[in-house]
Amino acid sequence: MGLDIRWPIGIMFTLIGALLLITGLVNGADARSLNININLWWGIVLLVFGALMLLGATRSRKTPPPA
Amino acid sequence: MQPIHLAWVDYTILLAYTAFVIGIGFALRRYMKTSTDFFLSGRSIPAWVTGLAFMAANLGALELVGMAANTTKYGIATAHFYWIGAIPAMVFLAIFMMPFYYGSKARSVPEFLKLRFDERVRCLNSISFAVMTVFASGISMDCLARLLHLLLGWNYNISLWICSAVVLVYVIKGGLTSAIYTEVLQFFMIVLGFTPVIYLGLKDVGGWDKLKATLGLVAQNPAALDLNSKTFQPDAWTSVWKPVLAGPQANPMGVDWFAMVFGLGFVLSFGYWCTNFLVVQRAMAARNMSAARRTPLIAAVPKMLFPILVVSPGLIAAALAFTGKDGYRLPPKIVSDSAYVKAIPAVKEAAALKEDEPTAFKNVSAAIAMKLNEAKVAAIVKDAASLDDGAIKDRLQDAVVENDYNGVILSLVKKYCPAGLLGLALTALLASFMSGMAGNVTAFNTIWTYDLYQAYLAPNKSDHHYFRMGQVITVVGVLLSIACAYFARRYNNAMDVIQLVFSFVNAPLFATFLLAMFWARTTGTGAFLGLLGGISTSALVHGLTMAEGKGGWLGATLYTFPSSMAQNFWLASFAFIACLVLTFAISLATKRTKSDEELKGLVYSLTPKLKDEDQNWLLRPAVFGTILIIACVILNIIFW
Repeated sequence: MGLDIRWPIGIMFTLIGALLLITGLVNGADARSLNININLWWGIVLLVFGALMLLGATRSRKTPPPA
Repeated sequence: MQPIHLAWVDYTILLAYTAFVIGIGFALRRYMKTSTDFFLSGRSIPAWVTGLAFMAANLGALELVGMAANTTKYGIATAHFYWIGAIPAMVFLAIFMMPFYYGSKARSVPEFLKLRFDERVRCLNSISFAVMTVFASGISMDCLARLLHLLLGWNYNISLWICSAVVLVYVIKGGLTSAIYTEVLQFFMIVLGFTPVIYLGLKDVGGWDKLKATLGLVAQNPAALDLNSKTFQPDAWTSVWKPVLAGPQANPMGVDWFAMVFGLGFVLSFGYWCTNFLVVQRAMAARNMSAARRTPLIAAVPKMLFPILVVSPGLIAAALAFTGKDGYRLPPKIVSDSAYVKAIPAVKEAAALKEDEPTAFKNVSAAIAMKLNEAKVAAIVKDAASLDDGAIKDRLQDAVVENDYNGVILSLVKKYCPAGLLGLALTALLASFMSGMAGNVTAFNTIWTYDLYQAYLAPNKSDHHYFRMGQVITVVGVLLSIACAYFARRYNNAMDVIQLVFSFVNAPLFATFLLAMFWARTTGTGAFLGLLGGISTSALVHGLTMAEGKGGWLGATLYTFPSSMAQNFWLASFAFIACLVLTFAISLATKRTKSDEELKGLVYSLTPKLKDEDQNWLLRPAVFGTILIIACVILNIIFW
């Protein structure tokens, strides 16, 4: 159906990833999360995931998917 | 309980998600031209998307909150819902049943029953399903609104209506496609939102081995956490099969192996995954037969791994609470305002009259109507003179011993998530509730429009008419769900109620489908009466037996089950057998009304076999399915 779902997934997780990354950089590690800067690390994971989804969406736009 | 304070970053994530799901609804609006687009996504969705949606459609309150709750209460045996329940059923659906659902071009499960049998069977199935969906949706929304109230201090009514409104907007715009897309989005939110919480929790308890050791102590003294009044072998919380095989007295679920394997593994799970339109609808939206058959198989992969996300938080919570690390305790049941009105004067009276401790404890307990900690109540009474009403409330809440199991997963989120991650986890939870509602509403509007409205009330209208009807009934469905949410507010363990409804309606259903698809001789009358007989059997058994004080509404109690879980599983087993036997016997006694030609594509023996040779061999349903079953067996052995 018209809209490739990887676009909204990709954009949303890139956005949330960036938000977490910035929060992690600004706030630093938190005692609650066992002094691990979980926002920073998880922000990076989400950014990578979002980027992969966007990459997949762009690539399939260039080559039409096999029927 | 103090509400959690959300930072701006948390609100931003929450708003971003809401904006995205509404945006998806609007983006899909221009593709919604016919009723097929609205109800079946024009049968055009790729298999990986329908597969994830197939799995995510059942990820509502039932899954995350309920399964974590069950794990704290019953241990790792909760994984049976996945490893003996869901996976084999999903593989069976893909290999044996999907060819008939998809191949018959039926637009819904009740419509398949109409093609195979007659209007009576369809009518019975569609009405019972419609009622059940609305209930499921209501229960999940009630759970959501309660959590938001408890956790964030949001108003129950406002939370309920706003979340419902968001679901309404995107379903009405994008129909089933909207629901499927947001289910996939939600699936990733759940996985990516809760993984760090599990990681931190496991690290905090000291890893898997330490967790296992602590749970061994829990099993020997579950009364310390008010989990169970009995004591068990150390492996009761951490082994999947050993405690079950040792008998109903040896496992906290109180279930014997036959009820587990036949009741849950066969009857309930196959009944749910193979005949429930909510999930089957996702596969029907696939773009072709092989995509439709691959849908449940693709769904089975994450489903098999899902216990990592839902079982481990339950285990972690039990272990943390047992060691009392950093003052963690299982969330207590919430004392209602009406109980405080009686309890606060009781405390003051006890203090003023200088009642002795047992009398004071008895009076305060009676006012709260929950199990309380005696020492804590005594301390409150002692300090009563220097406390204001607010402080007494907090202290009374703290003295409650009974656990609110549904709060387990959130207590961990609250414990480990700093601002940012907190927003992500809460949004994921909200997303799972909302997509659960969207799934129910889309199944409900399809059944209503195709199987009730078009079939009985207004046949032969234009396609546009039914498309509009779908949008109107979406509003009605959401409103009915809200009504059910208020109704469900009275019940405590949502999971038990849902299971009960499922076992009444769903358990006999699988017997009907089994005979429908694999025995050409089955007649409409046989199926109809057999189904009615099965449903009455489950109601009857529930009426004549008791478990944990529930059931027995027929007055006489013939048998008492060790737990309501065992009662549900046995109920389902009886209903299934009754339906199977009745349908079989009545079919033999009645005349067939459908010819072999009419049953082509609907019954196994009369349908040409599908050729899978053109597909990549690994993706052929039989091969893929076998691999999944083997993986499932391995998981069962690892956690034996």
